[in-house]
Amino acid sequence: MGRYILKRIGYMFLTLFIITTLTFFLMHSIPGDPLAHMAKKLPEQIRLNYYEKYGLDKPVIVQYGKFLKNVITKGDLGESLRYPGRSVTETILKNAKVSGRLGIQAIVIGVTIGIVLGIIAALNRNRWPDYLVMFIAILGVTVPVFIIAALLQYLFTVRFELLPTTGWGKFKHTILPTIAMCFGSIATYARYMRSNVLEVINQDYILTAQAKGVSPFNVVRKHVLRNAILPAITILGPQIAGVFTGSFVIERIFGIPGLGFYYVSSISDRDYTMIIGTTIFYATLFVFSQLVVDILYGVVDPRIRVSKSGK
Amino acid sequence: MKKILEVKDLHVSFHTYAGEVKAVRGISFDLNKGETLALVGESGCGKTVTAKAIMRLLKEPPAEIKKGSQILFNGENVVEMKKKRLSTFRGEDVSMIFQDPMTSLNPTMTVGKQIMESLEIHKKMNKKEAEAEAIRLLEIVNIPNAAERVKAYPHELSGGMRQRVMIAIALSCNPKILIADEPTTALDVTIQAQIIDLLGELKEKFDTSIILVTHDLGVVANFADKIQVMYAGQVVERGTKKDIFYNSRHPYTWALLSSVPRLNTESKEELYSLGGTPPDLILPLKGCPFSSRCEHCMEICLEERPEELSLTETHSLSCWLQHPSAPKVERPEALRGEIHE
Repeated sequence: MGRYILKRIGYMFLTLFIITTLTFFLMHSIPGDPLAHMAKKLPEQIRLNYYEKYGLDKPVIVQYGKFLKNVITKGDLGESLRYPGRSVTETILKNAKVSGRLGIQAIVIGVTIGIVLGIIAALNRNRWPDYLVMFIAILGVTVPVFIIAALLQYLFTVRFELLPTTGWGKFKHTILPTIAMCFGSIATYARYMRSNVLEVINQDYILTAQAKGVSPFNVVRKHVLRNAILPAITILGPQIAGVFTGSFVIERIFGIPGLGFYYVSSISDRDYTMIIGTTIFYATLFVFSQLVVDILYGVVDPRIRVSKSGK
Repeated sequence: MKKILEVKDLHVSFHTYAGEVKAVRGISFDLNKGETLALVGESGCGKTVTAKAIMRLLKEPPAEIKKGSQILFNGENVVEMKKKRLSTFRGEDVSMIFQDPMTSLNPTMTVGKQIMESLEIHKKMNKKEAEAEAIRLLEIVNIPNAAERVKAYPHELSGGMRQRVMIAIALSCNPKILIADEPTTALDVTIQAQIIDLLGELKEKFDTSIILVTHDLGVVANFADKIQVMYAGQVVERGTKKDIFYNSRHPYTWALLSSVPRLNTESKEELYSLGGTPPDLILPLKGCPFSSRCEHCMEICLEERPEELSLTETHSLSCWLQHPSAPKVERPEALRGEIHE
């Protein structure tokens, strides 16, 4: 097991290296540069000075070498080109904390409710609870998140003055964005769990359990659940990664100082250091969550438990 | 002998989009204590449905056990059992092993836990007692290294071993009746023999009656006391092993027996196979269900269903050929030799 994890971590670094390299050359191949939006107004000399300061006058491959050296030796991602003086690493970490808080709340609530609803739907197949859950799920998948968000804001801040519209800092600020965000997870997991449970219920071993005299409740709890949740773990991976990167739309609507904003703005600003920084951040989380999911898989499913050293 | 199970006029239907499939159409039989009864027939003849109905394992709906059907276990009607009684009935009074040991064990639970589960439910054992008992049961079903194997997951065992585990689960609470639904079909031939021997041995040891559901007459020949041949949801012929193998009278039984490969067949000789398909169980059956495939079909067979007729105390069948005015039809040549063992 230890060796397996080490090997996986090795691959993780390889993957990250490839992603970083690709992104670096891709972003430099987009026309324009960090000064493009104001280039016409700037005197030529200032522009050249700026390029020189950030090394943008050198060939891309040299910039890449310098960037790699900084990252590997100092762990330094540099400072933002758009907001001079702000360190990329610090900006990411500070904002990811905000996004993370919101994301974790949303995913925990969303996954829990989704799984429960999915099970209820499956066990009441083709009866009203099933139709109700599937109706909610289809709404959750098809209605865009900004509509749900706006609706929530209208309901809870305009009609019933219970919660603040926007802002950040207290728990009450997180309630509406969490609800808006978890709608998607509820929908995804409810649909996924429903089909998994329906599949597992028809397996022979469920019949065996019933033939043993296991009560209907325990059949579900002991035999159906574990086997049905297994496949759902697979789709958990990318979602965990998404937790810390935040949601651009939600953060905009609720005025939350999260990380989502930087993903979009850094690209339109050609803020090279920020683009690379956010990319590395997301890629690391993504690859790492895949590893976690794989290990988790082994815990839940003995069939793919990574071998007890070949025995 | 004491009757432990009486099935009276059992009708089971499945409600599908295409219509009502009448899978079992009025079956009656008795099972005595310590007896082995085989239900024989081709796929879709209702033998598994009958077995599952006895344990009330059919999903209702779409399945429906029709009103008037009676399944009496020691005089108690299973059809009318409430949920609570059912969960003690299952596992404690009657238990079941299934066709495919590859899929009938929970893949995410150790085999030990799966055996312990029924011990904890029915015998109210605590974990420790149950585990010791599980090890003992694994030893009884001849699994070597039982103390270690209780911790194994199903995927770590071979098909034969898994079926042994299934048997251990089924017998863990000393059921009065064991229903074996094609217990050897998914296994290879050498393992089949072992499992059948084991079942026979354990039947004595645990003093249970067995209902064996199978389409393999080879298995039946070794094992069963009584045989019921089923076709299209009805029993067409029943009798002791001797009655069926050496003195069967129903053309369908002949067809079944003829299609069993024999050691003395010439290598070039083609194995007998019965043409046609069983009747559509959605449609109402007029006349004898086998008439469309029967070599000896007469006009009456298409019109009216034959009543069950007893030849001897043990042997009875439903066939118009037994009618006094029907033409004399002899047992097929190939089967005749078997009268002298």
